[in-house]
Amino acid sequence: MTTQTKVTTLEHVVIRFSGDSGDGMQLTGTIFSNLSAIFGNEISTFPDYPAEVRAPQGSLSGISGFQVHLGAKKIYTPGDKANVLVAMNPAALKVNARRLYPNAIVIVDTDSFTQRDLEKAEFTTNDPFKELGLNAVQIIAAPISTMVRDGLAEFGLDNKSALRCKNMFTLGLVCWLFDRPLDNAMNLLQNKFAKKPTLVKANIKALTDGYNYGNNIHASVSTYRIDPVKIPPGHYMDVNGNTATTYGLIAAAEKAGLKLFLGSYPITPATDILQDLAKRKDLGVITIQAEDEIAGICTAIGASFAGCLAATSTSGPGLALKSEAIGLAVIAELPLVIIDVQRGGPSTGMPTKSEQTDLLQALYGRNGESPTVVLAANTPTDCFDMAFWAGKLAVEHMTPVILLTDAFLANGSAAWRIPNPDNYPDINPNYVSNYTGEQPWKPYRRDEKTLVRYWAIPGTEGFAHRIGGLEKDYETSSISTEPANHQKMVLTRQTKIDKIAEYIPELEVVGDKDADLLLVGWGGTYGHLCETMEIMHQNEKKVALASFRFINPLPKNTAETLHRYKKVIVAEQNNGQFANYLRSKIDGFNPYKFCRIKGQPFTVTRLVEEFTKILEA
Amino acid sequence: MDANIKYTPQDYKSDQYVRWCPGCGDYATLNCLHKAMAELNVPPHQMAVISGIGCSSRLPYYMNSYGFHTIHGRGAAIATGVKTARPDLHVWLITGDGDCLAIGGNHFIHAVRRNVDINIVLMNNKIYGLTKGQYSPTSERGFVSKSSPYGTVEDPFEPAELTLGARGKFFARAIDVDLSVMTPVMTAAARHKGAAVVEVLVNCVIFNDGIHKQIADKAFRAEKTIHLKHGEKMLFGQNNEKGLVLDGLKIKSVIVGQDGYALDDILTHDAYEEDVTLHNMLALMKDHLPIATGVIRDVSAPTYDESVAQQIAEVQARKPVGSLYDLLMSGETWEVK
Repeated sequence: MTTQTKVTTLEHVVIRFSGDSGDGMQLTGTIFSNLSAIFGNEISTFPDYPAEVRAPQGSLSGISGFQVHLGAKKIYTPGDKANVLVAMNPAALKVNARRLYPNAIVIVDTDSFTQRDLEKAEFTTNDPFKELGLNAVQIIAAPISTMVRDGLAEFGLDNKSALRCKNMFTLGLVCWLFDRPLDNAMNLLQNKFAKKPTLVKANIKALTDGYNYGNNIHASVSTYRIDPVKIPPGHYMDVNGNTATTYGLIAAAEKAGLKLFLGSYPITPATDILQDLAKRKDLGVITIQAEDEIAGICTAIGASFAGCLAATSTSGPGLALKSEAIGLAVIAELPLVIIDVQRGGPSTGMPTKSEQTDLLQALYGRNGESPTVVLAANTPTDCFDMAFWAGKLAVEHMTPVILLTDAFLANGSAAWRIPNPDNYPDINPNYVSNYTGEQPWKPYRRDEKTLVRYWAIPGTEGFAHRIGGLEKDYETSSISTEPANHQKMVLTRQTKIDKIAEYIPELEVVGDKDADLLLVGWGGTYGHLCETMEIMHQNEKKVALASFRFINPLPKNTAETLHRYKKVIVAEQNNGQFANYLRSKIDGFNPYKFCRIKGQPFTVTRLVEEFTKILEA
Repeated sequence: MDANIKYTPQDYKSDQYVRWCPGCGDYATLNCLHKAMAELNVPPHQMAVISGIGCSSRLPYYMNSYGFHTIHGRGAAIATGVKTARPDLHVWLITGDGDCLAIGGNHFIHAVRRNVDINIVLMNNKIYGLTKGQYSPTSERGFVSKSSPYGTVEDPFEPAELTLGARGKFFARAIDVDLSVMTPVMTAAARHKGAAVVEVLVNCVIFNDGIHKQIADKAFRAEKTIHLKHGEKMLFGQNNEKGLVLDGLKIKSVIVGQDGYALDDILTHDAYEEDVTLHNMLALMKDHLPIATGVIRDVSAPTYDESVAQQIAEVQARKPVGSLYDLLMSGETWEVK
């Protein structure tokens, strides 16, 4: 295709697209990662966007970024630092300067590097690169705005509309840099703007111009080749964590033969779940955008009472508002899935940033003895599996289930092999028709083995009954304040949850069998811990990794597994919540802790350093 | 459903011992609900009776139907979920002035605004009974209670005004001591498609005894209340000698045959009128005007639950998708061989 001589074959590379919130960097990044996935690379992406919808143009606070990590091998994270940066303005350059490799390639639009632009980004000299100490980077400086405007003259677009195609020019340039054919990008654009043919043409023109520009200037930079990976055959699609979560819920509802109902209220970074499920009327999904977080969960509890697989989606502050209602679902023993896409807290905190600080809230944040199942997804695609598990455990064990994901998983995407529904496990709701006891049925009569009560759906003749938030008598199911009965009911609800350990997978440890150090994490840090372990293996360190997805109850082999290792470090994005939880559950367990609460994903380099220190201590 | 079964009020009674205080107005409400359901012959297992917290919210335990006694103020949201998930069920929301208008105010107005097809029975005793005697959002300014020893310094909500302000399509009022009004009002609410609010003025014998005495007492009732019936003249008084007329932008009480007012001048009640102005005025009558009971407003409009179901049906008819798998395979995918 090209006559490039300096094609370097790399195992993996990180590209970051960065510009103003309105520059279309999220779209550019998404298309580039999609076409790389189609090409056969492993991908992991991370959008990093500001809380403001549109901060002042060119300002440091308005920078929106999209990072993608491509690999010819298994890729676990979006990467710590970028090998290639697209900086649409000086602010984008400044914000990302620390996250660049010294010899990274930086693509800049010289038209937006004027004196004024530099001032907006608070540069004090005329040489932003020197000012930032980026002395070794390879710069592709191109008058992108001018070229896009000139290139699109024939379409008769106004200046503003033409300039909105700048992002596609940069995409073309990056495609050239990575030796990526443009056809897939063109197809994706066709689909994206299907209803606006002029936009399709303009964007494709800008894309092609960008590609040709790279080709023609023979820019004196290296171009890269990332070979396709050998991955299992099947049909693949690109999916982010939030969307995967919705698919998991739909799959669970289908498998259980139930209608899916979502009651929710918009909240960053969970809103996509509501939006995505609102689109799924074609699959019969009912969504209510409620008047507040409490109504979100309460409509779901109503729908659960009425016989649906019901769910509510939220983030930390919303989970706080829902706590009383979760308690109702606990005592009423109704199935319910609560998805908490964690973000930086407390209070409003950092709504667009990622954290793991809701763990204890999920486990304990309710009045009374109020045990629930708590699960955590560990990759964007695992959100599908864990949402499916959440639905399964909720209806089979008549309990609320809190699924913890986070902003990093929610917005990050990866290629996902579309699973065949025949391979999902069955979901068997514990309907009242399963009741075979000799005594007359009562709403709180339980399966002897699982302690799960039977689900009598309104409308079923012969099973009309009343439930509610008041304590009930173990035998008669009538209201009771009898002291011994209350203790019995509290312990029964606890045991019911504890018994779920029999129905979930055991904890798996990957890495060295005789590791000197066991890395322990939960949820969204899995990728970073995997990559850390691989690097430590390359450094000939003996390490293993246990990443928890089942938090309450813990897998039944947890204590025995963790006690096998001399040194254990629990790494998490909070102030030690999971480490302390494990200590409360496992006698004599005293791990090292690694806590980072910065609203950003871990950096693998830092993990390797820290863990190596502990290993050698 | 077996069309031949004829239910009696007895069929709606549960086996639970009713625990309201002797003389509480909630008993009457419960009995009227039993009667109304029997009249409409709704199978008890097709009913879902939802409540929040408070004395009135105990009611679901006394119905032999599906029932859910939930948490304070959230009954409207839970009932919305039940009805939206299952439009085939008869959904009742049982609530009180504190549950519905204080802690649950937001859910109440939104359930009414959305026009979810639920029947809301709001038992208004103008006091917090279960917590033993604090003023409520319907207590008059200056009301002395345990939490307002020097009298309240806030104005109350009028449930009717709030309902109509939330664009409610059905509002009715009854008094606990007058079953001849309450049962038909319950029946009308059940028949109405959409959110139907029934305010029942109930007496709390323990903490607010006699709060509605001025209108409830047989001695004054004919003078102090007017039972509005659609299509009938707005007449009241011991011998129906009084009537309501419009005087400019105000309602005025007149005596038929005096001051030049003939029967023809008396307003005729039109509960079906979409314009809410007169309904609002009627619902807010007090002091020198009689308190209105009966169905004050009954206007048809699309219901939320039916609209949700209809939208789903339309989308499914337009682009049928069998399953999640089919949906995913028809999207942007690529195959690795």
